[in-house]
Amino acid sequence: MYVAVKGGERAIDNAHAWLAEERRGDTGVAELSIAQIREQLALAVNRVMAEGSLYDPDLAALAIKQSRGDLIEAIFLIRAYRTTLPRIGNSNPVDTGAMACDRRISATFKDAPGGQVLGPTFDYTHRLLDFKLAAEGEVPAAPTTDPRRDPTPHITEFLNRDGLIETDTPDDSTPPDLTREPLEFPANRALRLQSLTRGDEGFVLGMAYSTQRGYGRNHPFVGEMRVGRVAVEMDIPELGFAIEIGEVQLTECETVNQFTGSKTEPPQFTRGYGLTFGHCERKAISMALVDRALRWEELGEDNVGAPAQDEEFVLSHSDNIQATGFLEHIKLPHYVDFQSELELVRKLRAEVAASTRQEAAE
Amino acid sequence: MDATALTGGFADTPVDAARAFRAAMNAMARPGRIESLSGASASAPMSPAAATLLLTLADPETPLYLAPSHDTPGLRDWLTFHTNAPLVGAKDAEFALGTWDALMPLDAYRIGTAEYPDRSATLIVECDALDNAGATLTGPGIQTTERLSLPEVAAFQANRMLFPLGLDFYFTAGDRIAALPRTTKVEAG
Amino acid sequence: MGLLAKAPAEAVARYWSALDRAPAFEWLRRPEVGGVMVRGRMGGTGAAFNMGEMTVTRCTLKLGAGGAVGHAYVQGRDKAKAEQAALIDALMQTDAAADVQARVLRPLAGELTAARDTRAAKAAATKVEFFTMVRGED
Repeated sequence: MYVAVKGGERAIDNAHAWLAEERRGDTGVAELSIAQIREQLALAVNRVMAEGSLYDPDLAALAIKQSRGDLIEAIFLIRAYRTTLPRIGNSNPVDTGAMACDRRISATFKDAPGGQVLGPTFDYTHRLLDFKLAAEGEVPAAPTTDPRRDPTPHITEFLNRDGLIETDTPDDSTPPDLTREPLEFPANRALRLQSLTRGDEGFVLGMAYSTQRGYGRNHPFVGEMRVGRVAVEMDIPELGFAIEIGEVQLTECETVNQFTGSKTEPPQFTRGYGLTFGHCERKAISMALVDRALRWEELGEDNVGAPAQDEEFVLSHSDNIQATGFLEHIKLPHYVDFQSELELVRKLRAEVAASTRQEAAE
Repeated sequence: MDATALTGGFADTPVDAARAFRAAMNAMARPGRIESLSGASASAPMSPAAATLLLTLADPETPLYLAPSHDTPGLRDWLTFHTNAPLVGAKDAEFALGTWDALMPLDAYRIGTAEYPDRSATLIVECDALDNAGATLTGPGIQTTERLSLPEVAAFQANRMLFPLGLDFYFTAGDRIAALPRTTKVEAG
Repeated sequence: MGLLAKAPAEAVARYWSALDRAPAFEWLRRPEVGGVMVRGRMGGTGAAFNMGEMTVTRCTLKLGAGGAVGHAYVQGRDKAKAEQAALIDALMQTDAAADVQARVLRPLAGELTAARDTRAAKAAATKVEFFTMVRGED
């Protein structure tokens, strides 16, 4: 039961004032600007955009500043802002084949056209703290060489030519949107991908890791991962044609999964797909693994009861804002609820005590 | 797209839209009460009240049906530029616009489902005039009785029988608007 | 229009003020900030799905002289950028087109291409050149 209680306004106002002061920290240390966060904490900004489900680096940077670096709180702020925006329209599906790639690697084909482009990666660093960064200093310019201007073809196209991998055929029907219609089960793949791409990185990573450890194993290789910028196009009704309305950075991961065949499908490679806003490699790979695990039914695989195969479990728990909202609300006042529980427990104890006395007397 | 289709929008969108929304809400909350509604203007035959209402309520996520009386290239362009609502057939529409005769038959529109009674159509009926005379209205939002110049009575009585499903109606004439939700009981004269 | 949508607000403002034209105009749709749902395709080529939104600002205006209509849909929340983009779009339909093309659009496109090439050149420098060790038994 909920009972409205009043009081605490002054305490709340004062708490907010202190929060603002703590956010600023020691005033002897220079204040962070939004541009500094956007440029120097870019991967945090990317995570907030991906899970906040809104591509706007300046807003994400502001949210990180306001939330004192608590990324889930920042994602919450972005989600709340997002609901105030009128929906102008829907873009045409982005063409990731035309991506201007900063990074593009394949774990399956060494000599893929376009090559293995490492980009600005942590992969080959030694994970040793770099104390030079503790001192401010100029960074030497990154080396350059002749740029590639042609689009980089998708790796799976090569496997497609031999029919060794399932094909994804284009389909321009309108996909469902979980920000507009409540999620109902069974969901289709479009809803699962939307849910995963805005899902919590830690949760999706944990689910993906569980499939690698044997809970619904699906033998993935990263067929390709690419990070770069693509143009976003939208049809403009008053013009009667589509124009580019901007450009977003995306991370795309396609896994190639061994598949021994089923009653309906021949032995071939199957695919898992991950696509996120910003540079979010761990998330994109995790998303592809979980996407593949959730496809067991359409591929005629056995449901071995693994958590990552359970669509309702995965999709209902992947959203960190839903999760934290329900979780954190239990720290807010529940005085009346608890009072009734307290009375119940006292009553039960009294009954047990009474019956014990009665037994002793008999 | 013709340049005249681009004119006639709100001069000050946040304020105009908020005023229009309040008028539309009051009209629906007090069935039969006539409110004045203006701010937007489209080409004939759409009234300023209907134009203002659609500018306020319609957007890319509200499919709109234009009955034959209002299905002109000029209005299609105007609505597309100002609301970008998808123009669809009667059975897919959330809003429908036309004269009473042109909007018929009423069983062409969505009346909602038991789980989601709100997934039903709102019809905007363009009238020559709108007065507090004619049919007698009673029900939620009406203190005693209200009167409204409705195009007929039987259709609204049948609609009320569908409750909690059913259609909701706005009536527009010039800059006047009134509403009749599915909860209102309608009797002749 | 795509060029103006993608260009940084700072660059659009810089070229616009250097153009030094301030035509009179009336609004047909004042700048409005909204969201556009960005879609992707499963597997890069398959059926569409919704990814998330991006912020977009749009507006439409009509020039006082001649009545040319300019539209803008630009990325982000900068209303001044949307206004400048719509004015440029409108001027491109007047006899100022050649001047706008030469002093705004062409240098802006050059700037974007240069920025893109700089990234591509850094990426190219991180491309792996494989070489295979000669093995003893061959």
